[in-house]
This record gives sequence, structure tokens and C-alpha cells, in this order.
Amino acid sequence: MARLLDVKNLKTHFFTEEGVVRAVDGVTWHVDEGETLALVGESGCGKSVTAMSILRLIPSPPGRIVDGEIIFEGQNLLEATDEEMRAIRGNRISMVFQEPMTSLNPVLTIGQQIRESIILHLGLNEAEATQRSIELLELVGIPDAAGRINDYPHQFSGGMRQRVMIAMALSCNPKLLIADEPTTALDVTIQAQVMEIMGNLSKELGTAVLIITHNLGVVARYADRVNVMYAGRIVESSTAENVFGNPQHGYTVGLMASVPRLDDAEHVRLATIEGQPPLLIDEIQGCAFEPRCPKTDGCFCASEGTPELQEAYPGHWVANCPCCMSRDTVPA
Amino acid sequence: MVTAESSSNETLVSVKDLKMYFPVTEGLLIQRHTADVKAVDGLTFDVSRNETLGLVGESGCGKSTTGRAILQLHRPTAGSVEFDGVELTDLKGADLRRFRRRMQMIFQDPFSSLNPRMTVSQIIGEPMAIHGLYKGQERRDRIEFIMNAVGLNPLFAKRYPHEFSGGQRQRIGIARALAVEPDFIVCDEPVSALDVSIQAQVVNLLEDLQTEFGLTYLFIAHDLSVVKHISDRIAVMYLGHIVELSPANELYNNPIHAYTRALLSAVPIPDPVVEKTRERIILEGDVPSPLNPPQGCVFRTRCTKQGTAGCGCSEETPVLEEVSPGHWVANCKCCMEV
Repeated sequence: MARLLDVKNLKTHFFTEEGVVRAVDGVTWHVDEGETLALVGESGCGKSVTAMSILRLIPSPPGRIVDGEIIFEGQNLLEATDEEMRAIRGNRISMVFQEPMTSLNPVLTIGQQIRESIILHLGLNEAEATQRSIELLELVGIPDAAGRINDYPHQFSGGMRQRVMIAMALSCNPKLLIADEPTTALDVTIQAQVMEIMGNLSKELGTAVLIITHNLGVVARYADRVNVMYAGRIVESSTAENVFGNPQHGYTVGLMASVPRLDDAEHVRLATIEGQPPLLIDEIQGCAFEPRCPKTDGCFCASEGTPELQEAYPGHWVANCPCCMSRDTVPA
Repeated sequence: MVTAESSSNETLVSVKDLKMYFPVTEGLLIQRHTADVKAVDGLTFDVSRNETLGLVGESGCGKSTTGRAILQLHRPTAGSVEFDGVELTDLKGADLRRFRRRMQMIFQDPFSSLNPRMTVSQIIGEPMAIHGLYKGQERRDRIEFIMNAVGLNPLFAKRYPHEFSGGQRQRIGIARALAVEPDFIVCDEPVSALDVSIQAQVVNLLEDLQTEFGLTYLFIAHDLSVVKHISDRIAVMYLGHIVELSPANELYNNPIHAYTRALLSAVPIPDPVVEKTRERIILEGDVPSPLNPPQGCVFRTRCTKQGTAGCGCSEETPVLEEVSPGHWVANCKCCMEV
């Protein structure tokens, strides 16, 4: 598959009064055309900042992309002008946000909001854009789309609003759809509806999807490949089968073991990762997981250089911290 | 006077035909009662001593309202709530307060449920002061004991909530609930706001405390995996009604009601190999408004089998029926059809 997006050594820092927050601190990853990649991790690990960095939506000040390259279809987005970025946003790269309640404009009708990007990017006239909007709403399963196009967001339920967001995001046939926690605010049956629609449409249209979530179940169901993030860095990266079936990094292992599964036959006590994720305000020397790693004895990972991703098995990359990589790091 | 001491009754909480309606009124000066939001509409269930009963359902199905109505934080519109053999809906004032000591609550949001101007020791000490338990040094010892029990360092007793992380704050909330030695705790989405690795810590803590102090939980959550993990029995709610009530494993292995099956199939399992072969039931549409719920079976607007099997569910309201020992299902024929 052809390479669609290449992120190289991306560093996004926030310069606050308390100090420099290294929200994303040197991540390298890629998305191929048509595939679904998941960024997984807990709050504050830098997954949303990574996504915002791609679209150059980091509020500045205090945030700044201090290093790296973001190459999308051969173009380095960090060198693109503001005009060029505007032509890309909502067109070739679009985004679905977490909060369907706050990400639509409450004083504009659904139709006006979908039409906006269609008219801007595809150059259709008002009537053609309306026609296309109705088609899109039908595509995402809004009943009586033609009748509801002049409704306001408050007249839609949460699940329907999120489907409207998906319709908007897909309106210009993007090459890459970034979905930031698209179903976190939704109930589980609605979550299933929305994910199914997004999954099917991206397959039909050949859109690559970058899904950002902390829900491991959603990742297991929809992602082709997974990047696990911790404290602003990627600690493990491979296919979903590898990451779930054969996790290598201590953090990934701990994360998997701490989630109760619906198909657990017996009651097993949940494994926990002791402690909390580090504050990113101080520069982290060496392995960021060291304070929570159950296997640090005799390992110098806290003082030695930042662990780099290393290919442990073909296509399965792990941050090469010796203690985090030992397979028996499953917490007792 | 009603005494609030424990007897050795097997059933701790017994709820019968509980209804909680919220009136909708119109008019500025003269308020006319125009409609009711039927948040909870006829629930019957028991919670045994030392048991964890899980209450699952989607937002707006009435699970939190049920918890609050049991604690008499909302006075129920109709029905009965018996706690340790005593009817709570008849109690008022000091009599009710005596029972409140034995029933506590843990809230969802560890950020807004703690007073930012109180220190940890004030937060944990307040319920003791209200109920006149433990004085002076005894209270300080008790606060230290509870902080240790929930895994907080007692040295932090003089700190304020903002100095703690989300998981630690949830421990403060749990400590506050434990302060007055309750028998029964309503846990209203206690881990939903927490990250996965912190969730596991709090779930384990709740399990440990249950063993240590002999607690009985009503565990309310929308995350079915967590509820199944922690609960002995699970009640599935939909639009103010219980549609299925069964032991936790039985519910997963042998779900009968169409809504339960859809709900279970919608929860993804964190294993790509399992997920590839799992069948999904995708429900159409949204939950109807509790202001105007469907007549008869509340699930019928989303039920794919509606009207089959000669079912009269559009008129008759289904009632819970015991299909196998301990496994109760709302007896709507089309919803029960496999």
C-alpha cells in the first residue's frame, strides 16, 4: 500500500508559566492509504496533541511544534502556508471530534454546516451542495434526511449529531479521517452504530482512518495497526493482532491486563499498574515508564538515553528498554 | 422510635414497584402539571447482604435515579423501599437520618463531588460530625484508619482535593462514604471518569473493602465489562424498566431479552481475534423520550421482532418472569424470541 502520511520525530511542546510541557516528544509513525491506525493511551499521553499537530491546530502560544516533519502526500505540512493548510483541512484531511454536543455550531442549521465545506472545497453551488448534503446524511443513516436538513443541532440526539459530524468529515472525500475519541461521549449501542457507519464508509470510499481512543475494545474491533503511547512517546507499534495477542512492552501488557473483559469466564482480580503517569513538565530522563515498571531491578533505563523503537519481531516495534521489554512483566 | 441497628436479615434492600416521576409544569405563576418524566417506572428487586448488584443501561434509562430513590434523596412517587426490614418511604427527619448513616453513596465525578475548600480530613470527618460519631482524638484516629484502608497516605490529611489526581480523589470520595460504617453503598459510575489503569486500582479497592467491611453494593455503570466483573447479579434497565435480572455469568452466557443481547453484542472485546468472529446486533434508532414512553413493552420501537409471535406487547406491559432459577426476564414474547 502506498504511504499516505509520514510523521517523523514530531515534538510538540507547550511553553507554560510552570515550565515546558513535552506533550509529544519525538514520535515517528505512518499511515498507509486506506488503513485504520489507532493511537491508544491514557489521558495526557499526547494522542490528541499528535492529531492536532497534523492539522496544525495547536493553540500557539503556548504550544509549538518544535521539531519533526509531517509529510502528507509528499508535502511537509509543517512548511505549508496558512492558505495551503486551509485547503487541506476538511478537504483531504478531515476530523471528527469527541464531543458531538459542542463541536457543531448551535445557531446554524445542520444543512448550512455541511454545505460550508462542500462549497468551499468542491466549488459546488448552493443547490448542488444541498443535494450533496442530503445524500451524505442518507449515507450516515439519518432518517428523512431531506426533511431534517434545516433542523438545528439541538433537535438531534447525541448519536445523530456524531453521524452529522461524520457526514461533514466525509463530505469532500478525504484521504485521511482523524477521529478523536469519536464514541467516548456516546452510549454503547449508539457507539456501535456510529463505529459501524464510520468503518463501512471509510472502506467504501478508501479513506484512511486515524482513530484516537482509550477504549481497547474499539481498537481491537476496528484498527488494522496500533500505536501505544505513553508520556508523549510511542512504546509499542504493530498490527492489532500482534499488540493484543503478543504485547511486548511492560506498559502495553499492564494496560491489557487491567481491563475487565466481558468474556472472562471466571472472576480474576484485575492487574493494576501502580502509580500514575508522570507529569510531562519535567524532562524525562531515560524510560518514562520506569517508576511504574514492575521489573526495573538491575536495569539502568532510568538514567540511560531515551529508549528507541526497535523491531522485536518482523513488523512489531517496541521501545528498547530492557526491563520493559522482558516478556514476564505481567504484574502478579 | 425506629432503631437503625442491623438485624441478621438475608435481604438488606428490598425494592417493590418503585416509581419515580418528575413532574413537568407549565405556567409562570400558576403552575399546571402537564406531564411526567417517567424516569423509573415500576422496579422490583432485592439486594442481599454482602452482594453486589450491578445496574446497567444507557444514559437516561433511570439507573442513577433508582440509586437516589433508594437512598431517599429523591422521595419516590410510588412503591416501597425496605432497608433491613424497615420501610424507608415512611420515614422522615431524625428517623431517616439514622438510616442514612447506614446507606452511603460514591459519586461519578471525583472533581465536582468534593468541596474544594475542605481538607481531606474535613471531608472524611464531616459525615461523622453530622451523625455524632467519634469525637476528638477518636475521630482523628478513625480518619487515619480509613485513609489507610483506601490507600491514601494519612500524612496528606491536611491537603485539599486539588492537590490529588483523579484516582486519589475517588479514593477520598470512597473514604467519605466509609466514614460512618455503612452497610450499603450506592456506587454511581464510580470508575467512569478514570483512566483504564486507574480504573483497575479503584475496582480492586472496592472489592477489597467489601470483603473487609462486609459491604453491600448497588453498582451503577454503563460499562458492561466493569459491571460484569464486579457484580454478583446484574439488572439491565431500559427506559425506567428492568428488562432482565440474572446472575452475572448467566446473563453473559445466556441473555434472553433482545435488548440485553444487543447491549452485550455492542460491547467490543479487547481481542482482535475474538472480535473478527463475533456477531453484532446493531439497534436502529434512539431511546424514546421518558416523557412519552411507548405503551406496553418499552423496547418495542427498537425491537426487530415486534409484532411477531402474536405478541400483544403494544398494549400489555410485560412483567418479570423467572425463566430459570434466579434469571428474570420481562415476558414480552417478541423480545424473548431467539
